[in-house]
Amino acid sequence: MSKAGLVLLDCWVSPFCMRVKIALNEKGLQYEARPEDLFGGKSDLLLNSNPIYKKVPVFLHDGKPLCESSIIVAYIDETWSSPPLLPSCSYARAQARFWADYIDKKVVFDACGNIWRSKGEVPVEAKTEFIEILKQLEGALGDKEYFNGDTFGFVDIVAIPLTCWFFALEKIGGFSVAAECPKFSSWMKRCLQRESVAKVMPDPEKVYEFVLMFRKMQGID
Amino acid sequence: MADEVVLLDFWASMFGIRVRIALAEKGIKYEYREEDLRNKSSLLLQMNPVHKKIPVLIHNDKPICESNVQVQYIDEVWHDTAPLLPSDPYQKANARLWADFVDKKTKGEEQARAKKEFMESLKLLEGELGDKAYFGGENLGYMDIALVSYYCWFHVYEKFGDFSIEAECPKLIAWAKRCMQKENVANSVPDQQKVYEFALHLKKIFGIE
Repeated sequence: MSKAGLVLLDCWVSPFCMRVKIALNEKGLQYEARPEDLFGGKSDLLLNSNPIYKKVPVFLHDGKPLCESSIIVAYIDETWSSPPLLPSCSYARAQARFWADYIDKKVVFDACGNIWRSKGEVPVEAKTEFIEILKQLEGALGDKEYFNGDTFGFVDIVAIPLTCWFFALEKIGGFSVAAECPKFSSWMKRCLQRESVAKVMPDPEKVYEFVLMFRKMQGID
Repeated sequence: MADEVVLLDFWASMFGIRVRIALAEKGIKYEYREEDLRNKSSLLLQMNPVHKKIPVLIHNDKPICESNVQVQYIDEVWHDTAPLLPSDPYQKANARLWADFVDKKTKGEEQARAKKEFMESLKLLEGELGDKAYFGGENLGYMDIALVSYYCWFHVYEKFGDFSIEAECPKLIAWAKRCMQKENVANSVPDQQKVYEFALHLKKIFGIE
Protein backbone atom coordinates (compact mmCIF):
# COMPACT_ATOMS: atom_id res chain seq x y z
CA MET A 1 0.00 0.00 0.00
CA SER A 2 1.66 3.26 -1.07
CA LYS A 3 1.99 6.02 1.47
CA ALA A 4 -0.06 8.30 -0.76
CA GLY A 5 -3.07 6.03 -0.27
CA LEU A 6 -3.37 6.68 3.46
CA VAL A 7 -3.56 10.21 4.76
CA LEU A 8 -4.45 11.43 8.23
CA LEU A 9 -5.50 15.01 8.87
CA ASP A 10 -3.94 15.35 12.26
CA CYS A 11 -3.23 17.41 15.36
CA TRP A 12 -0.37 16.36 17.66
CA VAL A 13 -2.22 16.92 20.92
CA SER A 14 -5.51 15.32 19.91
CA PRO A 15 -6.06 11.97 21.62
CA PHE A 16 -8.56 11.12 18.88
CA CYS A 17 -5.89 11.46 16.20
CA MET A 18 -3.52 9.36 18.34
CA ARG A 19 -6.05 6.52 18.30
CA VAL A 20 -5.90 6.36 14.51
CA LYS A 21 -2.10 6.56 14.40
CA ILE A 22 -1.72 3.76 16.94
CA ALA A 23 -4.14 1.56 14.98
CA LEU A 24 -2.24 2.19 11.74
CA ASN A 25 1.05 1.43 13.50
CA GLU A 26 -0.34 -1.79 14.97
CA LYS A 27 -1.27 -2.88 11.46
CA GLY A 28 2.19 -1.96 10.16
CA LEU A 29 0.74 0.55 7.68
CA GLN A 30 2.62 3.52 6.22
CA TYR A 31 0.67 6.77 6.16
CA GLU A 32 1.10 10.48 5.76
CA ALA A 33 0.13 12.60 8.77
CA ARG A 34 -0.78 16.15 7.74
CA PRO A 35 -0.88 18.55 10.66
CA GLU A 36 -3.90 20.86 10.74
CA ASP A 37 -3.74 24.31 12.28
CA LEU A 38 -6.88 24.20 14.38
CA PHE A 39 -6.49 27.80 15.58
CA GLY A 40 -5.05 29.48 12.50
CA GLY A 41 -7.37 28.04 9.90
CA LYS A 42 -8.52 24.59 8.95
CA SER A 43 -7.54 23.35 5.49
CA ASP A 44 -10.08 23.14 2.67
CA LEU A 45 -9.43 19.41 2.54
CA LEU A 46 -10.50 19.09 6.19
CA LEU A 47 -13.60 21.24 5.75
CA ASN A 48 -14.63 19.37 2.60
CA SER A 49 -13.85 15.90 3.97
CA ASN A 50 -15.67 16.40 7.25
CA PRO A 51 -18.43 18.91 6.54
CA ILE A 52 -20.59 17.63 9.42
CA TYR A 53 -18.16 18.22 12.25
CA LYS A 54 -15.18 19.97 10.60
CA LYS A 55 -12.85 18.19 13.05
CA VAL A 56 -9.73 16.06 13.12
CA PRO A 57 -9.03 13.23 12.77
CA VAL A 58 -10.05 12.66 9.19
CA PHE A 59 -8.60 9.52 7.63
CA LEU A 60 -8.42 9.40 3.85
CA HIS A 61 -8.12 5.99 2.22
CA ASP A 62 -7.35 6.53 -1.46
CA GLY A 63 -9.14 9.85 -1.19
CA LYS A 64 -12.26 8.54 0.57
CA PRO A 65 -12.77 10.34 3.88
CA LEU A 66 -13.66 8.74 7.20
CA CYS A 67 -14.47 10.64 10.40
CA GLU A 68 -14.85 9.96 14.12
CA SER A 69 -11.88 8.19 15.68
CA SER A 70 -13.60 5.05 17.01
CA ILE A 71 -15.31 4.52 13.67
CA ILE A 72 -12.00 5.03 11.84
CA VAL A 73 -10.21 2.48 14.08
CA ALA A 74 -13.01 -0.05 13.44
CA TYR A 75 -12.68 0.60 9.70
CA ILE A 76 -8.91 0.07 9.81
CA ASP A 77 -9.43 -3.18 11.69
CA GLU A 78 -12.00 -4.42 9.18
CA THR A 79 -10.00 -3.42 6.11
CA TRP A 80 -6.59 -4.72 7.23
CA SER A 81 -7.35 -7.81 9.25
CA SER A 82 -3.96 -8.61 10.77
CA PRO A 83 -3.38 -8.41 13.65
CA PRO A 84 -7.05 -8.26 14.76
CA LEU A 85 -7.86 -5.43 17.16
CA LEU A 86 -11.23 -6.81 18.23
CA PRO A 87 -11.95 -10.28 19.61
CA SER A 88 -13.60 -12.78 17.25
CA CYS A 89 -16.43 -13.69 19.64
CA SER A 90 -19.53 -11.50 19.11
CA TYR A 91 -20.21 -11.14 22.82
CA ALA A 92 -16.64 -10.02 23.56
CA ARG A 93 -16.89 -7.55 20.66
CA ALA A 94 -20.08 -6.12 22.15
CA GLN A 95 -18.30 -5.71 25.49
CA ALA A 96 -15.40 -3.94 23.76
CA ARG A 97 -17.77 -1.57 21.95
CA PHE A 98 -19.60 -0.90 25.21
CA TRP A 99 -16.39 0.13 26.98
CA ALA A 100 -15.22 2.25 24.04
CA ASP A 101 -18.58 4.05 24.18
CA TYR A 102 -18.25 4.46 27.97
CA ILE A 103 -14.80 5.97 27.59
CA ASP A 104 -16.04 8.48 25.04
CA LYS A 105 -19.15 9.40 26.98
CA LYS A 106 -17.72 9.50 30.49
CA VAL A 107 -13.99 10.01 30.41
CA VAL A 108 -13.49 12.36 27.55
CA PHE A 109 -15.88 15.19 27.98
CA ASP A 110 -17.44 14.81 31.37
CA ALA A 111 -14.59 13.74 33.61
CA CYS A 112 -11.57 15.29 31.87
CA GLY A 113 -13.40 18.41 30.79
CA ASN A 114 -14.69 19.14 34.27
CA ILE A 115 -11.13 19.25 35.53
CA TRP A 116 -9.17 21.10 32.89
CA ARG A 117 -11.94 23.57 32.16
CA SER A 118 -12.50 24.64 35.79
CA LYS A 119 -11.89 28.21 36.75
CA GLY A 120 -10.00 28.53 40.00
CA GLU A 121 -9.92 25.51 42.28
CA VAL A 122 -11.13 22.24 40.78
CA PRO A 123 -14.26 21.13 42.65
CA VAL A 124 -13.80 17.99 44.76
CA GLU A 125 -16.74 16.35 42.97
CA ALA A 126 -14.96 16.66 39.63
CA LYS A 127 -11.88 14.87 40.98
CA THR A 128 -13.95 12.22 42.74
CA GLU A 129 -15.97 11.54 39.61
CA PHE A 130 -12.82 11.23 37.53
CA ILE A 131 -11.26 8.71 39.91
CA GLU A 132 -14.51 6.75 40.15
CA ILE A 133 -14.63 6.46 36.38
CA LEU A 134 -11.05 5.20 36.27
CA LYS A 135 -11.93 2.67 38.99
CA GLN A 136 -14.87 1.52 36.84
CA LEU A 137 -12.39 0.97 34.00
CA GLU A 138 -10.08 -0.90 36.39
CA GLY A 139 -13.03 -3.21 37.02
CA ALA A 140 -13.41 -3.76 33.28
CA LEU A 141 -9.68 -4.48 32.99
CA GLY A 142 -9.80 -7.03 35.81
CA ASP A 143 -6.73 -9.26 35.85
CA LYS A 144 -6.15 -9.00 32.13
CA GLU A 145 -2.96 -7.56 30.64
CA TYR A 146 -5.02 -5.34 28.35
CA PHE A 147 -8.69 -4.43 28.04
CA ASN A 148 -8.65 -6.68 24.96
CA GLY A 149 -7.29 -9.67 26.92
CA ASP A 150 -3.80 -11.05 26.33
CA THR A 151 -3.29 -8.85 23.32
CA PHE A 152 -3.47 -5.09 22.87
CA GLY A 153 -6.67 -4.11 21.06
CA PHE A 154 -9.56 -1.78 20.31
CA VAL A 155 -10.45 -0.57 23.80
CA ASP A 156 -6.77 -0.13 24.71
CA ILE A 157 -6.37 2.02 21.58
CA VAL A 158 -9.46 4.08 22.46
CA ALA A 159 -8.27 4.64 26.03
CA ILE A 160 -4.48 5.07 26.02
CA PRO A 161 -4.25 8.41 24.14
CA LEU A 162 -6.37 10.12 26.78
CA THR A 163 -3.74 9.31 29.37
CA CYS A 164 -1.20 11.78 27.95
CA TRP A 165 -3.59 14.46 29.24
CA PHE A 166 -3.55 13.00 32.76
CA PHE A 167 -0.37 14.79 33.83
CA ALA A 168 -2.08 18.10 33.02
CA LEU A 169 -5.22 17.05 34.91
CA GLU A 170 -3.14 15.96 37.91
CA LYS A 171 -1.30 19.29 37.99
CA ILE A 172 -4.48 21.35 37.63
CA GLY A 173 -6.50 19.18 39.99
CA GLY A 174 -3.83 18.32 42.56
CA PHE A 175 -4.18 14.54 42.63
CA SER A 176 -2.32 11.45 41.42
CA VAL A 177 -3.73 8.74 39.18
CA ALA A 178 -0.96 6.29 40.16
CA ALA A 179 -1.79 6.70 43.85
CA GLU A 180 -5.55 6.30 43.39
CA CYS A 181 -5.68 3.74 40.58
CA PRO A 182 -2.49 1.65 40.60
CA LYS A 183 -3.92 -1.04 38.31
CA PHE A 184 -4.87 1.53 35.71
CA SER A 185 -1.46 3.10 36.06
CA SER A 186 0.24 -0.28 35.43
CA TRP A 187 -1.87 -0.80 32.33
CA MET A 188 -0.82 2.66 31.09
CA LYS A 189 2.88 1.80 31.53
CA ARG A 190 2.40 -1.53 29.76
CA CYS A 191 0.82 0.20 26.74
CA LEU A 192 3.51 2.88 26.62
CA GLN A 193 6.11 0.14 26.18
CA ARG A 194 4.61 -0.72 22.82
CA GLU A 195 6.38 1.00 19.94
CA SER A 196 3.09 1.68 18.15
CA VAL A 197 2.01 3.76 21.14
CA ALA A 198 5.32 5.28 22.25
CA LYS A 199 6.09 6.87 18.90
CA VAL A 200 2.68 8.54 18.78
CA MET A 201 2.11 9.80 22.31
CA PRO A 202 3.44 13.30 22.98
CA ASP A 203 5.44 14.26 26.07
CA PRO A 204 2.86 14.89 28.86
CA GLU A 205 4.78 18.04 29.85
CA LYS A 206 4.18 19.44 26.35
CA VAL A 207 0.48 18.58 26.64
CA TYR A 208 0.38 20.39 29.99
CA GLU A 209 1.90 23.50 28.40
CA PHE A 210 -0.71 23.28 25.65
CA VAL A 211 -3.57 22.96 28.15
CA LEU A 212 -2.32 25.99 30.10
CA MET A 213 -2.11 28.01 26.89
CA PHE A 214 -5.58 26.85 25.86
CA ARG A 215 -7.01 27.78 29.25
CA LYS A 216 -5.55 31.29 28.89
CA MET A 217 -7.06 31.59 25.43
CA GLN A 218 -10.45 30.60 26.80
CA GLY A 219 -10.09 33.06 29.65
CA ILE A 220 -9.99 30.33 32.28
CA ASP A 221 -6.55 31.27 33.66
CA MET B 1 -29.27 -24.95 23.01
CA ALA B 2 -32.24 -22.77 22.12
CA ASP B 3 -31.56 -19.04 22.26
CA GLU B 4 -33.13 -17.23 25.15
CA VAL B 5 -33.51 -13.51 24.52
CA VAL B 6 -34.93 -11.03 27.02
CA LEU B 7 -35.28 -7.28 26.53
CA LEU B 8 -35.55 -4.99 29.55
CA ASP B 9 -37.14 -1.87 28.16
CA PHE B 10 -39.46 1.11 28.59
CA TRP B 11 -42.28 1.61 26.07
CA ALA B 12 -41.41 5.23 25.11
CA SER B 13 -37.64 4.85 24.93
CA MET B 14 -36.17 5.61 21.52
CA PHE B 15 -33.22 3.42 22.39
CA GLY B 16 -35.47 0.49 23.25
CA ILE B 17 -37.35 0.98 19.99
CA ARG B 18 -34.15 0.43 18.03
CA VAL B 19 -33.55 -2.94 19.62
CA ARG B 20 -37.18 -3.97 19.12
CA ILE B 21 -36.98 -3.16 15.42
CA ALA B 22 -33.68 -5.03 15.02
CA LEU B 23 -35.06 -8.13 16.77
CA ALA B 24 -38.22 -7.99 14.63
CA GLU B 25 -36.24 -7.57 11.42
CA LYS B 26 -34.29 -10.70 12.27
CA GLY B 27 -37.43 -12.60 13.30
CA ILE B 28 -36.03 -13.30 16.77
CA LYS B 29 -38.45 -14.42 19.44
CA TYR B 30 -37.85 -12.64 22.73
CA GLU B 31 -39.43 -11.82 26.06
CA TYR B 32 -40.20 -8.14 26.48
CA ARG B 33 -40.12 -6.88 30.06
CA GLU B 34 -41.38 -3.41 30.85
CA GLU B 35 -39.34 -1.59 33.49
CA ASP B 36 -40.71 0.96 35.89
CA LEU B 37 -37.99 3.60 35.66
CA ARG B 38 -38.87 5.02 39.06
CA ASN B 39 -38.49 1.57 40.58
CA LYS B 40 -35.90 -0.35 38.58
CA SER B 41 -35.83 -4.13 38.92
CA SER B 42 -32.92 -5.85 40.61
CA LEU B 43 -32.34 -7.69 37.33
CA LEU B 44 -31.83 -4.38 35.51
CA LEU B 45 -29.43 -3.10 38.16
CA GLN B 46 -27.54 -6.39 38.09
CA MET B 47 -27.37 -6.60 34.29
CA ASN B 48 -26.41 -2.96 33.73
CA PRO B 49 -24.49 -1.93 36.85
CA VAL B 50 -22.51 0.74 34.99
CA HIS B 51 -25.37 2.87 33.63
CA LYS B 52 -28.43 1.26 35.29
CA LYS B 53 -30.45 2.08 32.18
CA ILE B 54 -32.70 0.40 29.68
CA PRO B 55 -32.62 -1.11 27.16
CA VAL B 56 -30.71 -4.17 28.31
CA LEU B 57 -30.57 -7.13 25.96
CA ILE B 58 -30.00 -10.43 27.72
CA HIS B 59 -28.92 -13.29 25.45
CA ASN B 60 -28.65 -16.65 27.18
CA ASP B 61 -28.22 -14.86 30.51
CA LYS B 62 -25.46 -12.56 29.23
CA PRO B 63 -26.23 -8.82 29.17
CA ILE B 64 -25.45 -6.40 26.36
CA CYS B 65 -25.98 -2.67 26.95
CA GLU B 66 -26.19 0.50 24.81
CA SER B 67 -28.62 0.47 21.90
CA ASN B 68 -26.16 0.83 19.02
CA VAL B 69 -23.93 -1.88 20.53
CA GLN B 70 -27.01 -4.10 20.90
CA VAL B 71 -28.12 -3.60 17.29
CA GLN B 72 -24.63 -4.44 16.02
CA TYR B 73 -24.52 -7.51 18.24
CA ILE B 74 -27.90 -8.70 16.95
CA ASP B 75 -26.71 -8.14 13.39
CA GLU B 76 -23.53 -10.18 13.96
CA VAL B 77 -25.06 -13.08 15.87
CA TRP B 78 -28.09 -13.51 13.61
CA HIS B 79 -26.18 -12.80 10.46
CA ASP B 80 -28.14 -15.12 8.18
CA THR B 81 -31.17 -12.87 7.72
CA ALA B 82 -31.88 -9.24 6.99
CA PRO B 83 -28.40 -7.71 7.24
CA LEU B 84 -28.60 -4.37 9.02
CA LEU B 85 -25.10 -3.12 8.32
CA PRO B 86 -23.48 -3.19 4.88
CA SER B 87 -20.67 -5.70 4.43
CA ASP B 88 -18.37 -3.18 2.73
CA PRO B 89 -16.18 -1.60 5.44
CA TYR B 90 -16.45 1.93 4.00
CA GLN B 91 -20.24 1.82 3.77
CA LYS B 92 -20.34 0.30 7.24
CA ALA B 93 -18.26 3.18 8.58
CA ASN B 94 -20.62 5.64 6.89
CA ALA B 95 -23.69 4.02 8.47
CA ARG B 96 -22.03 4.13 11.90
CA LEU B 97 -21.07 7.78 11.39
CA TRP B 98 -24.64 8.85 10.66
CA ALA B 99 -26.12 6.77 13.47
CA ASP B 100 -23.61 8.41 15.81
CA PHE B 101 -24.59 11.82 14.38
CA VAL B 102 -28.24 11.10 15.20
CA ASP B 103 -27.32 10.46 18.83
CA LYS B 104 -25.05 13.48 19.12
CA LYS B 105 -27.38 15.97 17.46
CA THR B 106 -30.96 14.96 18.13
CA LYS B 107 -30.97 14.79 21.91
CA GLY B 108 -33.98 16.49 23.47
CA GLU B 109 -32.55 19.84 24.47
CA GLU B 110 -33.88 23.28 25.38
CA GLN B 111 -36.27 24.88 22.97
CA ALA B 112 -35.54 27.85 20.67
CA ARG B 113 -31.78 27.58 20.03
CA ALA B 114 -32.11 23.84 19.80
CA LYS B 115 -34.94 24.17 17.26
CA LYS B 116 -32.65 25.80 14.68
CA GLU B 117 -29.86 23.28 15.33
CA PHE B 118 -32.36 20.44 15.29
CA MET B 119 -33.74 21.47 11.88
CA GLU B 120 -30.21 21.91 10.52
CA SER B 121 -29.37 18.40 11.66
CA LEU B 122 -32.52 17.03 10.02
CA LYS B 123 -31.65 18.80 6.77
CA LEU B 124 -28.17 17.20 6.86
CA LEU B 125 -29.82 13.84 7.35
CA GLU B 126 -32.14 14.51 4.40
CA GLY B 127 -29.04 15.22 2.33
CA GLU B 128 -27.54 11.88 3.34
CA LEU B 129 -30.79 10.08 2.44
CA GLY B 130 -30.81 11.63 -1.03
CA ASP B 131 -33.08 9.76 -3.43
CA LYS B 132 -32.73 6.41 -1.67
CA ALA B 133 -35.78 4.69 -0.25
CA TYR B 134 -33.90 4.08 3.00
CA PHE B 135 -30.56 5.18 4.43
CA GLY B 136 -29.57 1.53 4.03
CA GLY B 137 -30.42 1.65 0.31
CA GLU B 138 -33.18 -0.62 -0.95
CA ASN B 139 -33.79 -2.04 2.50
CA LEU B 140 -34.03 -0.83 6.07
CA GLY B 141 -30.59 -0.76 7.70
CA TYR B 142 -28.65 0.22 10.79
CA MET B 143 -28.93 3.95 10.19
CA ASP B 144 -32.69 3.79 9.49
CA ILE B 145 -33.16 1.95 12.77
CA ALA B 146 -31.08 4.53 14.65
CA LEU B 147 -33.18 7.45 13.38
CA VAL B 148 -36.68 6.04 13.06
CA SER B 149 -36.58 5.28 16.78
CA TYR B 150 -36.80 9.05 17.32
CA TYR B 151 -39.74 9.50 14.95
CA CYS B 152 -42.41 9.05 17.60
CA TRP B 153 -40.81 11.94 19.47
CA PHE B 154 -40.86 14.29 16.46
CA HIS B 155 -44.53 15.00 17.12
CA VAL B 156 -43.55 16.03 20.67
CA TYR B 157 -40.82 18.40 19.45
CA GLU B 158 -43.21 19.88 16.90
CA LYS B 159 -45.89 20.57 19.48
CA PHE B 160 -43.47 21.90 22.11
CA GLY B 161 -41.52 23.94 19.60
CA ASP B 162 -44.52 25.02 17.55
CA PHE B 163 -43.11 24.16 14.15
CA SER B 164 -43.67 21.61 11.41
CA ILE B 165 -40.93 19.19 10.48
CA GLU B 166 -42.81 18.07 7.37
CA ALA B 167 -42.89 21.61 6.03
CA GLU B 168 -39.10 21.93 6.29
CA CYS B 169 -38.02 18.35 5.65
CA PRO B 170 -40.69 16.65 3.55
CA LYS B 171 -38.31 13.99 2.23
CA LEU B 172 -37.36 12.91 5.71
CA ILE B 173 -40.98 12.62 6.82
CA ALA B 174 -41.74 10.65 3.64
CA TRP B 175 -38.90 8.30 4.61
CA ALA B 176 -40.26 7.99 8.17
CA LYS B 177 -43.74 7.14 6.88
CA ARG B 178 -42.21 4.58 4.52
CA CYS B 179 -40.49 2.94 7.52
CA MET B 180 -43.69 3.03 9.52
CA GLN B 181 -45.44 1.04 6.79
CA LYS B 182 -43.18 -1.86 7.65
CA GLU B 183 -44.80 -4.16 10.15
CA ASN B 184 -41.59 -4.68 12.16
CA VAL B 185 -41.25 -0.95 12.68
CA ALA B 186 -44.93 -0.16 13.28
CA ASN B 187 -45.13 -2.89 15.92
CA SER B 188 -42.01 -1.63 17.70
CA VAL B 189 -42.88 2.05 17.82
CA PRO B 190 -45.36 3.44 20.34
CA ASP B 191 -48.29 5.62 19.31
CA GLN B 192 -47.24 9.26 18.77
CA GLN B 193 -50.15 10.61 20.76
CA LYS B 194 -49.28 8.39 23.73
CA VAL B 195 -45.69 9.61 23.63
CA TYR B 196 -46.90 13.22 23.52
CA GLU B 197 -49.12 12.66 26.56
CA PHE B 198 -46.17 11.05 28.34
CA ALA B 199 -43.95 14.03 27.53
CA LEU B 200 -46.62 16.41 28.86
CA HIS B 201 -46.75 14.33 32.00
CA LEU B 202 -42.95 14.54 32.38
CA LYS B 203 -43.10 18.29 31.86
CA LYS B 204 -45.61 18.57 34.68
CA ILE B 205 -43.57 16.41 37.03
CA PHE B 206 -40.39 18.36 36.41
CA GLY B 207 -42.27 21.64 36.63
CA ILE B 208 -41.26 22.86 33.18
CA GLU B 209 -43.90 24.98 31.52
